[in-house]
Amino acid sequence: MQLTLEFGGGLELLCESVKIHNVNVDPAEDGGDKLTMKSLLAWVRTNLIKERPEMFMKGDSVRPGVLVLVNDCDWELSGQLDTTLEEKDVVVFISTLHGG
Amino acid sequence: MVSNGSESSRILNEIENLKSSKIEIERQISVLEAQLRDINGNKDHETNSNSTSPCSPLSNNGDLGFGHGLSPDMIYRYSRHLLLPSFGVQGQSSLLKTSILVVGAGGLGSPALLYLAACGVGRIGIVDHDIVELNNLHRQIIHSEAYIGQSKVESAAAACHSINSTVQIVEYKEALRTSNALEILGKYDIVVDATDNAPSRYLINDCCVVLGKPLVSGAAVGLEGQLTVYNYNGGPCYRCLFPTPPPTTACQRCSDSGVLGVVPGIIGCLQALEAIKVASGVGEPLSGRMLLFDALSARIRIVKIRGRSSQCEVCGESAAFTQQQFREFDYEKFTQSALSASPLKLKLLPAEARISSKEYNERIAKGEAHILVDVRPAHHYKIVSLPNSMNIPLANLEARLSELSTVLKKGEEQTGSGSAASLYVVCRRGNDSQRAVQYLHKMGFTSAKDIIGGIESWAHDVDSTFPTY
Ligand SMILES: [Zn+2]
Repeated sequence: MQLTLEFGGGLELLCESVKIHNVNVDPAEDGGDKLTMKSLLAWVRTNLIKERPEMFMKGDSVRPGVLVLVNDCDWELSGQLDTTLEEKDVVVFISTLHGG
Repeated sequence: MVSNGSESSRILNEIENLKSSKIEIERQISVLEAQLRDINGNKDHETNSNSTSPCSPLSNNGDLGFGHGLSPDMIYRYSRHLLLPSFGVQGQSSLLKTSILVVGAGGLGSPALLYLAACGVGRIGIVDHDIVELNNLHRQIIHSEAYIGQSKVESAAAACHSINSTVQIVEYKEALRTSNALEILGKYDIVVDATDNAPSRYLINDCCVVLGKPLVSGAAVGLEGQLTVYNYNGGPCYRCLFPTPPPTTACQRCSDSGVLGVVPGIIGCLQALEAIKVASGVGEPLSGRMLLFDALSARIRIVKIRGRSSQCEVCGESAAFTQQQFREFDYEKFTQSALSASPLKLKLLPAEARISSKEYNERIAKGEAHILVDVRPAHHYKIVSLPNSMNIPLANLEARLSELSTVLKKGEEQTGSGSAASLYVVCRRGNDSQRAVQYLHKMGFTSAKDIIGGIESWAHDVDSTFPTY
């Protein structure tokens, strides 16, 4: 499944400062033809996060302070970890900023 | 013979005196100019003697009988607003009657305040406890060199006043705390969060929820910015989105991570825009949506965020967050970080594993054989570094240990006596150097010592000409 993953707000520093990743994730890993956010997160942690994984994840979800957007929509609105992804979806992980 | 020290302090004193006279004179000029504008304005328009006092924009003294309360001066000053069909007299009248509190007169607050004052918001409050420093000026464009060392609030108020003397400016030269926030925020219609730290953001959000005030929230670090409006028309609050504070290590600060000056400038302008929209009731405020700005790729993304959470601890259905609870809430403990953005001062090492910059200086003056490792990131090292230091960024220390062993062995051979060369570690402020020494001790480099306070203490205590950043 072709997906575009984007990291921002400093999270890109965990994946070698690359903000946009065009990836191909096999939904079969999820035991079917659907890919959920839960398994995408596990995939990201294994394949894209190069350092300090605790700055990205906590348990099987993202750490506090990280917004997850599926096609420009807060994942809270689509079922969080249970959100199912489709071909060419864009998933954004962004850390909230505090500076000014 | 006059010593150099007393001569330079005499000159510094004189500069200080001249600067404050200059500010006072500028203030007097702007008051006189405002009076002159008033006199001329009244002449031009041949109005009656009932002119608008420069300090009472909320009054209807200038009412010409058109029902909008705008004086001739106001009509002229705000004419380009009045000419906007979708904004017009109605929008401007609402602005003139609105009060807005801006918390933080820094990178975000600077442009926000300038626009809010210029556009004629009736009353503007400014909260900040900080003073203006030279390294603020590249982005905090409301301040000027003449105000270095003085209160940011005074400086910002003077700038606002010089743009629009008809706006009432209220100065709060203090940090916002649970003890004063309810009283201060309670006096305003809209709150603009232009602060720079997590505990302040939770504090301001909760206070806005308790008082029922809309909150225009902006943030910027590095090359990115974020903007949204919280607690507006049933929309979410900050805690609906971020019920749990992030780990402190995830909170980047401009003083550590850097920031391109124009980035908070853009977000601050957008904060003024959102505040104006909320105040005037014109347009669709950015509530339930968030704007994400990425300066490098020149992209602005507007995303849909969750609505008010019924489980939110402060604004949710069953939430019973009262003023009393707010007053007693410990925001520093909640977020594990300090309300003021003062840098962290770790204490990880015993005294014998540390050395002051002065003592280090004395030891090298005696010719002590040693290796100095600077563990700052390479781009910091490029700005300025101590002589004869080697740069091994903390993140690479583990991978470069063998290199360090080799250098230490060489140093040992040079001492001739077979005694080991000393190993010192330095960073910017003395936190990372302690982390590095802790690690080095664990890996068998037991003689490693950190230089307390880093190169900042070197600049402060040893070499005052050494650049700081
Ligand atoms: Zn809430």
